[in-house]
Amino acid sequence: MAISVQAEDFDVGAEMAAMSAGRADIGALVSFTGLVRDMAGGSEMVLEHYPGMTEKALASIEAEARTRWELQGCRIIHRYGALAAGAQIVLVLTASPHRQAAFEAAEFIMDFLKSRAPFWKKEAGGGWVDAREADEAALGRWA
Amino acid sequence: MQVLYFAWMRERIGVPKEEVETSAATVADLVEELKAREERYGAAFADMASVRVAVDQELTDMDASLEGVREVAFFPPMTGG
Repeated sequence: MAISVQAEDFDVGAEMAAMSAGRADIGALVSFTGLVRDMAGGSEMVLEHYPGMTEKALASIEAEARTRWELQGCRIIHRYGALAAGAQIVLVLTASPHRQAAFEAAEFIMDFLKSRAPFWKKEAGGGWVDAREADEAALGRWA
Repeated sequence: MQVLYFAWMRERIGVPKEEVETSAATVADLVEELKAREERYGAAFADMASVRVAVDQELTDMDASLEGVREVAFFPPMTGG
């Protein structure tokens, strides 16, 4: 399954190895990992999500990436729940014969995860993280 | 229909979801109905520029029809990734 929404941590190396295992046609394997930054509001955050819609939104973003780029593999893992500073939040892996498609597809997926996947971050201090206008604006370049 | 709330909308309304009997034709009509009920809904829907809606788990807008809809969710702008 190429999409996972889970509370558990993930192993980037194991995910990369699984994507390229047993095949020699992949020329580029791009990996992006998002981490919890230590922000002013506290050193921990809680990520709320919308079970059901989250999986659909991620699958839809992946499907759109696959129509735009010739991907040999695509893997998205997004965590939810309590996450300490430094913890891994999100993993995007893309594989293609050449690097440009893999790089671009990974950026596209991350841009859409930021503001089109139903997750909400709450800092330990009690405040909800505001959406950034820059994240919304980032979608414009894929129009 | 089931109406769900997330993040600070859930906190302001006080429940994550509830069954709502409504004849509202659109999402905007439903919002007006809810706001007329109790002050906590007024607080949650005070700034509609900060409210997003999904109908049957698909993002849409306030003009969306509620005909045949089973689930409506209200939430602030998403902050994933």
